[in-house]
Amino acid sequence: MVNQSNKVLNSNITKLVNQPYQYGFSTTIEKDIIEKGLNEKTIHLISKKKQETEFLLQFRLKAYKKWKQMSEPEWAYLKFPEINYQDIIYYSAPKSQKKLTDLSEVDPELLKTFEKLGISLTEQKRLANVAIDAVFDSVSIGTTFKEELNKHGVIFSSISEAIKEYPDLIEKYLGSVVPIGDNYFSALNSAVFTDGSFCYIPSDTICPLDLSTYFRINDQKSGQFERTLIIAEKNSQVNYLEGCTAPQYDTNQLHAAIVELIALENAKIKYSTVQNWYSGNQYGKGGVYNFVTKRGVCAGNNSKISWTQVETGSSITWKYPSCLLIGNNSQGEFYSVALTNNYQQADTGTKMIHIGSNTRSRIISKGISAGKSKNSYRGFVNVLNKAIGARNYSQCDSLLIGELSNANTFPYISVQNSTTKIEHEASTSKIGEEQIFYFLQRGICIEKAIELMISGFCKEIFTELPLEFAAEADKLLTLKLEGSVG
Amino acid sequence: MILNVPLLEIKNLQVSINDNQVLKNLNLTVNKGEIHAIMGPNGSGKSTFSKVLAGHPTYSVSNGDILFKGSSILDLEPEDRSHLGIFLAFQYPIEIPGVSNEDFLRIAYNAKQKFSNKPEVDPLEFLTIIHDKLKLVNMSPLFLNRNVNEGFSGGEKKRNEILQMILLDSELCILDETDSGLDIDALKVISNGINNFMNSNKSIILITHYQRLLDYVHPTYVHVMQNGKIVKTGSAELAKELEDKGYEWLQN
Repeated sequence: MVNQSNKVLNSNITKLVNQPYQYGFSTTIEKDIIEKGLNEKTIHLISKKKQETEFLLQFRLKAYKKWKQMSEPEWAYLKFPEINYQDIIYYSAPKSQKKLTDLSEVDPELLKTFEKLGISLTEQKRLANVAIDAVFDSVSIGTTFKEELNKHGVIFSSISEAIKEYPDLIEKYLGSVVPIGDNYFSALNSAVFTDGSFCYIPSDTICPLDLSTYFRINDQKSGQFERTLIIAEKNSQVNYLEGCTAPQYDTNQLHAAIVELIALENAKIKYSTVQNWYSGNQYGKGGVYNFVTKRGVCAGNNSKISWTQVETGSSITWKYPSCLLIGNNSQGEFYSVALTNNYQQADTGTKMIHIGSNTRSRIISKGISAGKSKNSYRGFVNVLNKAIGARNYSQCDSLLIGELSNANTFPYISVQNSTTKIEHEASTSKIGEEQIFYFLQRGICIEKAIELMISGFCKEIFTELPLEFAAEADKLLTLKLEGSVG
Repeated sequence: MILNVPLLEIKNLQVSINDNQVLKNLNLTVNKGEIHAIMGPNGSGKSTFSKVLAGHPTYSVSNGDILFKGSSILDLEPEDRSHLGIFLAFQYPIEIPGVSNEDFLRIAYNAKQKFSNKPEVDPLEFLTIIHDKLKLVNMSPLFLNRNVNEGFSGGEKKRNEILQMILLDSELCILDETDSGLDIDALKVISNGINNFMNSNKSIILITHYQRLLDYVHPTYVHVMQNGKIVKTGSAELAKELEDKGYEWLQN
């Protein structure tokens, strides 16, 4: 009975919302590529192409050595064929004859790509009050509003530029939150990262604009290994947004990024991501493998780091934005919506490590699984013995759509002192055929019905997103659920 | 005055679910201004009948036709039938977490407005519209902020159904056991709601187990359904007779 009606509903929805992945185009552009494969020579070449200092070359080589001794982690609830790391292009950059000094000198073909993605590097963003850095395959294309930010002492640039211009900050902080050998993918990234964003907010400064990076993998065989480093000095504040897309290819592309956040005394960093890498087709072919290490350290007292993520893309997501709460009274937050459909697999969550006294953390995770996808929350709350009066609140909700989707939660909690308060709540629910029929009977179409139920489910997360992202996220989720409800 | 304008005509309707025939050669005509009560033992096909009218995808019509305002609705989607003026008050209204009653009601109302080429109303305008209707079913405005049917008592759920019926002002309303599980006060509130709603342009099909509701809402006809077809039709008196003698009486 259920199956029969599912079929009817499914075909209806497929008809209604059959929208293809709209970022699936690729751009034809002359590229400067280092031949695929990874060895010490590749690393020397990358470092040379980027005219890096000896410090960075050694950093990379050390990481490469560690990586060679490590093996891919197998504990996640993910299944994928072995990745051939020798079949990946580690450096692919749009060819440019000379160093760009102005955005107007950027290849118009490339700017068109970003326009298509809805990202204008120029005037439009001024109105939206967002400064933006765009990374295309391996290289940062342009950072807007640099001068305006400079007036406030805020540094916002590509990490390649920062490596040249602020070597002291780089040497002090790069790899300080996510050590080279932290995990397999962080070692890989540390060896071969090609670009990313760098922000530095000086003390007593509230960053006047929201900072934003847009990542795009264009090349079929290239991996994207970007690195983001954000440093918020004493009493400073910054909002950072990150968006990602990739063209549609049959083959899998690898993305292994690192994000490091450092919040000193009284500083606040809010980091929001809308991840919409290509997730493969409905048969599970193609899509991006997304292995990301994101970690922030609340180094100073009263500091705060807040992660918000909307994860809808990638065929594989392996990602645990975490907080090390070292400063007393520091706070960590993790708000997440992870949506999987078709054959997507996501293993995502967070780690909150309570080290200082009166540290607080809050975890709200919403997983939506549709189709034949697997969606797991994995969290680790670790309260160490000196974290007197630490508190944690965790809530993990799962929403299942259809008969074949899979939701899991793996919450690990370790508490080493008796003054801690920990709360954990979890729920699982399902969008059922009868609920949809109720909407339909009242004259509300199926698209709207799903949108209402999904945004109701994700309400607490969407309110954490910056306004322009929240509306986008709402639409994105509805779109991603095409043909999956019954 | 024109008499006997049919709103709903059901002709030789055969319905099956997974190859089991649940409605067999059902015939029924409901004219404007009429209230039809359908009674019958459990499993006789009453609820199936109501869902088939509303277009539930589980059931497939193998033969016969359903005409609404003179045209067949068999090929229409549930939402289209709703827009045309068919309303089903559910026997077990489902809970919808995360969606507020107010949003739900407004979006349903606006869907209908849009269909009728009338302007959609904004949330503020809607509040004045809904506040008047809330009074009709004795519901507190606090219901608007709660999620659709979530944590509602049985009586509250049923009142919420009647509220939606009044709000959408549909011409054909099928009330599937709206009276079951209600205490006497709630039954009066709901009956009042139904009576105020009814007029000469509308029709109501009441599916019920009990004669009690028919003391408050007076049916034009009473039908008895057994094994997927209507076996007897009569006036309100028939319901009283059934109450006394039970359904077995009909089989003799």
